[in-house]
Amino acid sequence: MSVGRALLGLLENGPRHGYDLKRSYDERFGTDRPLAYGQVYSTLARLLRNGFVEVESEPGAGPERKRYAITEAGVADVASWLAQPEKPEPYLQSTLYTKVVLALLTGNDATTVLDTQRAEHLRLMRELTRRKETGDLADQLVCDHALFHLEADLRWLELTAARVQQLAAHVRP
Amino acid sequence: MPTEPLLVAEHLRLSFGATTALEDASVAVHAGEVLALMGPSGSGKSTLLHCLGGILHPDAGRVTYAGRDLTAMHDSERSALRRSELGFVFQFGQLVPELTCLENVALPLRLNGASRRAAHRSASAWLERLEVLDVAAKRPGQVSGGQGQRVAVARALVTRPRVVFADEPTGALDSLNGERVMQLFVAAARETGAAVVLVTHEARVAAYSDREAVVRDGRVRTVEYAR
Repeated sequence: MSVGRALLGLLENGPRHGYDLKRSYDERFGTDRPLAYGQVYSTLARLLRNGFVEVESEPGAGPERKRYAITEAGVADVASWLAQPEKPEPYLQSTLYTKVVLALLTGNDATTVLDTQRAEHLRLMRELTRRKETGDLADQLVCDHALFHLEADLRWLELTAARVQQLAAHVRP
Repeated sequence: MPTEPLLVAEHLRLSFGATTALEDASVAVHAGEVLALMGPSGSGKSTLLHCLGGILHPDAGRVTYAGRDLTAMHDSERSALRRSELGFVFQFGQLVPELTCLENVALPLRLNGASRRAAHRSASAWLERLEVLDVAAKRPGQVSGGQGQRVAVARALVTRPRVVFADEPTGALDSLNGERVMQLFVAAARETGAAVVLVTHEARVAAYSDREAVVRDGRVRTVEYAR
């Protein structure tokens, strides 16, 4: 999961202190694994180096007083991450969920994020189906295992697509 | 992919009473390709398939088959076209219960004027191709779901149509039987060069297609992204 992209996406609503950002991330995405402060600041430092965020210093600035703001390059980076499908693999849900929520928060089209991912999943499923046709029984069973997992992901994508409006109301009250 | 599509739906709109099934739906099918129409229940994918096959008439928009406007054709002309150039496979219940499986497969050829002997010879070959020649003399009620669907596929392909429409063809089958039907169906269609338009909500069935179109709220969504 890309913590950097998630933090960037959260910054699209306006500049924030590192502490605020961590709290907001934990609330939305980090229920099982809250971010460590160290990771928040090292990630922000990297984003700063790459020109995706900039710092608005406040008077009497210590590290806690720095406010981070997303740059145009940062907005573009989030948009391009949302537009690219993830490599299909099991246990992808947390990344996909994050993408959908961020798409809704940033005014990108969440349904397109889901449909783009569906297309990528199906592409891999086609490849496995073709491999099954020519393979022996062992190949077939290995491919079937992957196919069933991908199918489960796809069902989640479909269900989420059907609930996008509901989710939008939930994340942007 | 060939440049000129064989079958094109443009801006189809169709309502059933107050329910809008299709709302500006457009899609193109190329010769010889297998296209999956996917989408949730009630999205309009079956309605779109029936419009493409000339079974339903849209309220607005146009369906063109090999350059001919299907929506402007006379009913009898459209029926003749369906019998000779289009094939259909549904989820179940499509075989005539009083006829044997062989007679069912021979039926479209007989309707097109073939002799009994020629129709039965051809039907036998198709049953063999679909690995169900052993049920030729049985009636549909005496065969399993998987066998029945293979007979239905044989009947859809026996006239060597240019497009076969399949609406959830494995919907009533278990995984293993469904897979075998899809393998045989797609392989046989590719051999004859027929295009297949496949409605399914199952991803593992759609994985037999060359590409998919997603139907949502009566519209077709296609997603392209830069690799």
